[in-house]
Amino acid sequence: MVSYIGKRILAIIPIVLFAILITFVLIHISPVDPAEAYLSAAHIHPTEELLAEKRHEFGLDQPLIVQYFQTVMKICRLDFGRSYLTNEPVWGEVTARMPATIQLAVSSILFAMIVSIPLGFLSAVYKNSLIDNFSRLLSFFGASIPQFWLGYLLIFFFSVKLDWLPVEGRGSWEHLVLPTMTLSLALIAIYTRLLRASVLEQLQESYVLYARTRGIKEKVIMVKHVLKIAISPVITGLGMNFGKLLTGTIIVEQVFSWPGFGRYFVEAIFNRDIPVIQCYVLLAACLFIVCNLIVDLVQLYMDPRISLKGRTDQ
Amino acid sequence: MIPHIRTVLKGQKTITVCSVLVLVFAIITVLAPWISPHDPIKVNVAMKLKPPSAEHLLGTDHLGRDNLSRLLHGARISLGFAFLIFVSSIGIGLIVGTIAGYKGGWIDTVLMRFCEGVMAFPNLVLVLGIVGVFGPGLIQVVLALMLVQWVYYARMFRSMVVSLKERNFIIAARISGSSQWKIIKQHMIPNILPPILVMGTLEMGWAIMDISALSFLGLGIQPPTPEWGAMIHEGKSFIRSHPELMLYPGLMILFVVITFNVLGEALSERFGVKRRF
Repeated sequence: MVSYIGKRILAIIPIVLFAILITFVLIHISPVDPAEAYLSAAHIHPTEELLAEKRHEFGLDQPLIVQYFQTVMKICRLDFGRSYLTNEPVWGEVTARMPATIQLAVSSILFAMIVSIPLGFLSAVYKNSLIDNFSRLLSFFGASIPQFWLGYLLIFFFSVKLDWLPVEGRGSWEHLVLPTMTLSLALIAIYTRLLRASVLEQLQESYVLYARTRGIKEKVIMVKHVLKIAISPVITGLGMNFGKLLTGTIIVEQVFSWPGFGRYFVEAIFNRDIPVIQCYVLLAACLFIVCNLIVDLVQLYMDPRISLKGRTDQ
Repeated sequence: MIPHIRTVLKGQKTITVCSVLVLVFAIITVLAPWISPHDPIKVNVAMKLKPPSAEHLLGTDHLGRDNLSRLLHGARISLGFAFLIFVSSIGIGLIVGTIAGYKGGWIDTVLMRFCEGVMAFPNLVLVLGIVGVFGPGLIQVVLALMLVQWVYYARMFRSMVVSLKERNFIIAARISGSSQWKIIKQHMIPNILPPILVMGTLEMGWAIMDISALSFLGLGIQPPTPEWGAMIHEGKSFIRSHPELMLYPGLMILFVVITFNVLGEALSERFGVKRRF
């Protein structure tokens, strides 16, 4: 088991190096010249000498392979360079905006869990009932509704018509309600369906029949045995849909003017602020990789047989 | 071909209804310039924000442009480009996946490691990164979506080909001296058609959502071109006085994406294909 965990952790190193390579290649084929971008951001007229000097300073005159390793070393020290726009270190700007995004993401996951676990479980237990049909409808809507549009619909009903909640910004708990609802609907759609399918699968197992013949109360069987095992794919789903959550925060932050990392990223795209773009893309990849690793380890903890046969879903 | 379609549709009410709807979308996409009552980008400030009338069935927007015409033309862009992305990403994925699965060896290893590398990124984040580096614009968005999406199909088709390769009828074809290309073309591809149909349908839904999300962020289609995501972006400024401006395009997206998702789900049940997520 320890060797399995070790192997899984070591396996992420080449993936991270490859992810850095992809962002490195992207930046090198981009039409923006970093030296020129810095000079024009600092309002200095770019002459040939100044450009050459800046290029030397950034190491752009070195062979590509050397530049790649320098990039890797810098990233290991969390040095993502300076923003073209503000000339501030990118990492500082990012860490300042991170808590807002994390708050939004965590509250959305929690809300999605609170709604989808009972809903998915009940729609499996009472298959084809009213609640099952409702959850099916909700899932189709959740999977098909554009998040930005849902955000504006909620703003329209709760802020404009009813005037209950603020339209945008961050501060009190009231500011958190609409963004959380917007972001979590897509997650609720997925988790509810996953849990429903998984519970239905478990109900076919012979241990359920055995427990019933032993006369164990239906409620106990369901909650203590079935739900405990059936929840595992939902945890996998949490890791696999992390990307959806992240891109969701970009859009939701834009709709509700939430001062987070995603909004900063979109601003950077408009300003062609390459260091910020690189930092976001790379961090997203690293978070995605680490999230999937954590999910694997949690699953291993819940079902130690996995380390013998490898990941089940592969 | 037609009797074959009939057997597929027999007793499948959901598939039939959704297919007809998809056909209607396709007709609107092709015929938009001819069936639209007005020019979708012609500004007429004197007619701005008018309620529905006989001349403008859904009213006009803040620049006096006809809403119905803009919605119909929007279908052309959203669906047209989604179709382009779906065809090209499944096409590239099919070619790469089949080669990797069929050839095996180092070609397989290199191609699949590359795919895994791309899959290490949440896909819309990588798309945004590419658009960020090369600048906003429709071409960049479409290319970025293609570049990111095909890897998922390559992986899927590869694993199908690997499992097909060991089946008896393929081995028989190989023993009887069929060329590699003939085996791929005649025996492998027909067997992976149903999953292509299912994935393609779902891909259309995702592509429409992604294109509209990027246009909403202001990174894809640039004004004044009518596109549903971009129209919601424009309409949001009038959320207090004229909410219908952002309501119509959103409903269009929702309706089209739901149709594709329901169709994809029904098809996957019909053919017994496992879904991606």
